Amino acid sequence: MSRAGEGSAPPLLAVDGLAKAYGGVLAVDGVSFALRPGEVLALIGPNGAGKSTCFAMLGGQIAPDRGRVRLLGRDVTGLPPRRLAGAGVGRTFQVAAAFASMTVRENVQLALLGHEGHERTVWRPFRPLGAFAAVPAEALLERVGMAADAGRPVGELAYGDLKRLEFALALAASPRLLLMDEPTAGMAPAGRGDLMRLVAETARDDGVGVLFTEHDMDVVFAHADRVMVLDRGRLIAEGTPEAVRADPQVRAVYLGGEPP
Amino acid sequence: MDFYAAQFLTGLASAASLFLVASGLSLIFGVTRIVNFAHGAFYMAGAYLAYTLTERLSGPFGYWVGLVLAALLTAGIGALVEVLLLRRVYKAPELFQLLATFGVTLMAEDLVVLVWGPDDLIGGRAPGLEGGVLLFGQRIPAYDLFLIALGPAVLGALWLILHRTRFGVLVRAATEDREMVAALGVDQKWLFTGVFALGVFLAGLGGALQLPRDAVNHAMDLSVIVEAFVVVVIGGLGSVLGAFVAAVLVAELNAFGILILPGVSLVLAFLVMAAVLVVRPHGLFGREEPAPRAVGLPARLWRPLGRTAGTLALLAVAACALLPLVAGPYALAVAAEIALFALFALSLQFLMSVGGLVSFGHAAFFGLGAYGAAFAVQAGLPMPAALPAGALLAALGAVAAGWFAVRLSGVYLAMLTLAFAQILWSTAFQWVALTGGDNGILGLWPSGLAGTPAGFYLLTLALLAAGLVALRRLAFAPYGYALRAARDAPARAAAVGIDVGRIRWMAFVAAGAAAGLAGALFAFLKGSVFPDTLAIPLSIDALVMVLLGGVGTVSGALIGAVAYKSAAVWLMRETDLSKLVLGALIVVLVVAFPRGIAGTLADLFARRRRA
Repeated sequence: MSRAGEGSAPPLLAVDGLAKAYGGVLAVDGVSFALRPGEVLALIGPNGAGKSTCFAMLGGQIAPDRGRVRLLGRDVTGLPPRRLAGAGVGRTFQVAAAFASMTVRENVQLALLGHEGHERTVWRPFRPLGAFAAVPAEALLERVGMAADAGRPVGELAYGDLKRLEFALALAASPRLLLMDEPTAGMAPAGRGDLMRLVAETARDDGVGVLFTEHDMDVVFAHADRVMVLDRGRLIAEGTPEAVRADPQVRAVYLGGEPP
Repeated sequence: MDFYAAQFLTGLASAASLFLVASGLSLIFGVTRIVNFAHGAFYMAGAYLAYTLTERLSGPFGYWVGLVLAALLTAGIGALVEVLLLRRVYKAPELFQLLATFGVTLMAEDLVVLVWGPDDLIGGRAPGLEGGVLLFGQRIPAYDLFLIALGPAVLGALWLILHRTRFGVLVRAATEDREMVAALGVDQKWLFTGVFALGVFLAGLGGALQLPRDAVNHAMDLSVIVEAFVVVVIGGLGSVLGAFVAAVLVAELNAFGILILPGVSLVLAFLVMAAVLVVRPHGLFGREEPAPRAVGLPARLWRPLGRTAGTLALLAVAACALLPLVAGPYALAVAAEIALFALFALSLQFLMSVGGLVSFGHAAFFGLGAYGAAFAVQAGLPMPAALPAGALLAALGAVAAGWFAVRLSGVYLAMLTLAFAQILWSTAFQWVALTGGDNGILGLWPSGLAGTPAGFYLLTLALLAAGLVALRRLAFAPYGYALRAARDAPARAAAVGIDVGRIRWMAFVAAGAAAGLAGALFAFLKGSVFPDTLAIPLSIDALVMVLLGGVGTVSGALIGAVAYKSAAVWLMRETDLSKLVLGALIVVLVVAFPRGIAGTLADLFARRRRA
């Protein structure tokens, strides 16, 4: 990514005035921001700030009341998750969800099936999955460091490995944008850094934009290029980790001035 | 106008009992997640016990004490069933408990005949309320007015129990979040027993209160359980208020539907239920539930048959093909029936095990297949064309049913499929010009090589083998994996680009076609088609065969079907109490093999291989 073209090129993701109310209470109140290719952007905020609602709207689980979401200039507001996947959005969930009754390799093969150009394969009824996309599946597993686990049932995996597998699943469709809801939640501290380094590497090498929420501030400040702070449905601060850390308003939101 | 007002009051009176039964069912489901099929049996027990007690206890006071005592006794039986049986199967795959309660129901149906005899019993009138009251120019039975007042009274009492007692608070908390209540250190065991006993008490009371209005008979369990399910689903699972509103709605539909067209009332209720579910997938007062536990996640990975197992399977088919050398015509007919039921069960297993989509109305597709074949024969087509015609009609039915069903999940989906089957059943029953109604369609005899018992058996066996191979290959094709992915983690599946809705829809069509083929074979085996090929007992048979085989397996239903069907046929011949024995057998199997017969065997093999 050349830094020179930054100003003129359309952003990867442009969010404009996103809003959602539940029974009169504004959960998300006019959130606007942009994300460049290759950028790792963290969305943080105290509990109940509206992070989950925001994420669910971007991920297609909830339709926004107002606002626009554009991906590479294309309006993708309100598209269901499956269509978003086709449009180049990969995502991971707060509670890692993989296909528990299959092996690690089968999980990745299946995710590759959803990839553009392979939809037809799903409807080819009687050919076994076995050999489908075995090589790219191995390559993906290699990339997340799980090649040795390919034949293991997912049900047996430790939670940290499940999170990494989920990351591999999100990468299967060669996404342009990754939405990661608390990517390291529930992981042992040692594994968190490894996973986030992998995420940052992917963003840098492939020009994928990453938007993630996170509770662990060490993870946020170590791995995000930029941080946005959400409070009561509104963005109250945005900037480099250093700038956000120093922001008095952010300090006020996070428990009486202690640095977040 | 006055007549309609009186009819409205009759409907309200009927709603009382229905509400009692349904609220109990709803409470039990909310807390224990058990779909208590035996709830109808408890209702029946309440009515029979009330009959005996009111006969014994003399005086007006004795009568009312008898009614309440009957409900209390029923609750005691319920608590016993919970402690002795259900406690052992809470950890089993979801819906397996349904099988246990179904076993109890079967036993109860024979037991009441043993104790009270097969004839309808008519209880005494309620003392003090024998007369009628002139309202709107019509004489309304005083007892009906009592029931009309009782419904809201019980609703109020339940509200007080749920909101003003510690027990009630726990019940509501457990309905919202079971794990949380367990984490709080509440003794779940006794909470479950208490809720089950309360729910059964309500069912027993509902039954006892019917005594002054209706004759007591040994088939009253099935009719009430179906209505109660409809009420609970319309109202929203776990919601007592929902059960009340829906009970009034259904009872009024019955009261007025019968004026338009006798027999149309149940269809009306089911149509209303289908409409409610399409607009509100969790019922009128139900809330969205956390994603239900996937049905019986297998402990081991599924694999296509290896070389050894494949060879063994081929040898088994070959051995079955040799049966005509040793068996007579009767045995061959029984064998053909078992084989076609195995195909039927396998089709449901594809939907349930691979797709995680539980159908309570799978007979719909079986029956459509049977009628499709019959229509084809009436149109002059030969058997080789009539069989695929049956499968085609069933597949078309599955296209329609599946379109609705894939919008729902869990028990709601199961109930919608039941509604679909019931609507078809009523249609077959009443559209006499097309289906012959109760007289059925006769004279469907197999032709050509299939005309002999041996030929027909071999044809059925071949189609079973073909169906088995096709459904297994489908399960291990990318499509099957995608379907399983949607079962394991629907949100994840959608996020990797799988079209969950369409994939599930097609699962209905595939399973429907296979079930239809089985139904078409059944039509030719019996030489006739009747509406009961669409009826609830057949849907339940299919469920039992799948659960007995092992819902966590790819094709365990094969073993479940052979075991269940041969036991049923044999018992029917050997004893008058076949339901009692079969029910007891199911109960024992449920406790002994919570993963089903095939599931337990597969686990054993997997363990041995690892050791």
